[in-house]
Amino acid sequence: MGFATRQSVILEFAPTFISVIMAGKVGSYITSSIGTMRVTEQIDALEVMGINTYNYLIFPKIVALLFYPFVITIAMFLGVFGGYVACVYGGFSSSEEFIEGIQMDFIPFHVTYSFVKTFLFALLLATIPSYHGYFLKGGALDVGKASTTSFVWTSVAIIVVNYIITQILLT
Amino acid sequence: MIQASKIYKSFKDTPVLKDVSASFDKGKTNLIIGQSGSGKTVFLKCLLGLHGIDQGSISYDGTELDKMTPQERIQLRQDIGMVFQGSALFDSMSVEENIMFPMQMLTNKSEGEIRDRANTVINRVNLIDANTKLPSEISGGMQKRVAIARAIVMNPKYLFCDEPNSGLDPKTSIIIDNLIQEITEEYQITTVINTHDMNSVMEIGQKIIFLENGTKAWEGDKEEIFSTDNKSVSDFVYSSKLFKRVRTAYLNKRKD
Repeated sequence: MGFATRQSVILEFAPTFISVIMAGKVGSYITSSIGTMRVTEQIDALEVMGINTYNYLIFPKIVALLFYPFVITIAMFLGVFGGYVACVYGGFSSSEEFIEGIQMDFIPFHVTYSFVKTFLFALLLATIPSYHGYFLKGGALDVGKASTTSFVWTSVAIIVVNYIITQILLT
Repeated sequence: MIQASKIYKSFKDTPVLKDVSASFDKGKTNLIIGQSGSGKTVFLKCLLGLHGIDQGSISYDGTELDKMTPQERIQLRQDIGMVFQGSALFDSMSVEENIMFPMQMLTNKSEGEIRDRANTVINRVNLIDANTKLPSEISGGMQKRVAIARAIVMNPKYLFCDEPNSGLDPKTSIIIDNLIQEITEEYQITTVINTHDMNSVMEIGQKIIFLENGTKAWEGDKEEIFSTDNKSVSDFVYSSKLFKRVRTAYLNKRKD
């Protein structure tokens, strides 16, 4: 039980599933906030002032999401801890068995692989929604459409990059 | 002075501006008028450099926009103030922060100097007790005042206004128009206003350019617009019965 929990959480559940959830939460927020600025001419106002809008609007989001691995670290801890609670209090295994399973055949490179993925997902989470917001055309209705589109494309990109990075690092 | 000569602009295969030439004088309120879809906003955005042009040239005080270095363009942008149709205020910032923003981003002034300058322009546009309010907490007229204050806070040489009184009641519109004209004359700014509000035309039209289907159909001032025999201009400006009566009364008075 412990082994299965550790492997599934570290390899996929924490980095990939949380990133897909974040594409819905953070990605939609980024698209709609930048998109609203576009339709209400706030981005034009910044450009007229002579401010580099990419630097001002998108770059800080990329920098902020570079701290994303910290979130994934917390997700890994909580995922394994949740598995422990479910197994032990659900009566599926004893505490000792679960801890023994966690420690069994541990390959430290799996954690490295997971954080490499997380960095790449962070870049996708910052850039794809920003693109959809920044180059939005239309009105309020299109902000909603762009948020949905950005979620779809970010999720697809995360899954594709996940496959590629797994092929490169784990085969 | 801003000079635009033989401007052509199209989007995909749809021509929007065709051979438009115009000059905008310093210290005057220069109006661009025309029906919706006549190319006013596109022309304004071309003048600002927000849209590239297909042919022609735009020059600011003799320097062509296309031949400017990136550094000169950045400098020019800092000499430009713009009042957008929807005010384009930053939602998350208070009135005072909106006005301080360009100075914080583009100058090395101290926080105290920035705040002093912001309060000077806030007083200039008669914004009372609004410093800490968010744009969503103030009226449309006040939002326009904030937009004007933000546009003039950097002491611009050029002021562009895209339909500054759209969505405002006639009384507030006149107050905003007069404020723009006063600021233009006081600071000797080259002001370009995009409007289809006839009250503005009659009130502050020191130079008027009429666009029709993407071409310049007429040029004159608020006095000449009464006596023009250009049918397109007459049909547009005097489309309401009220303005027809005003025109007739004006022309009769001139005859007497």
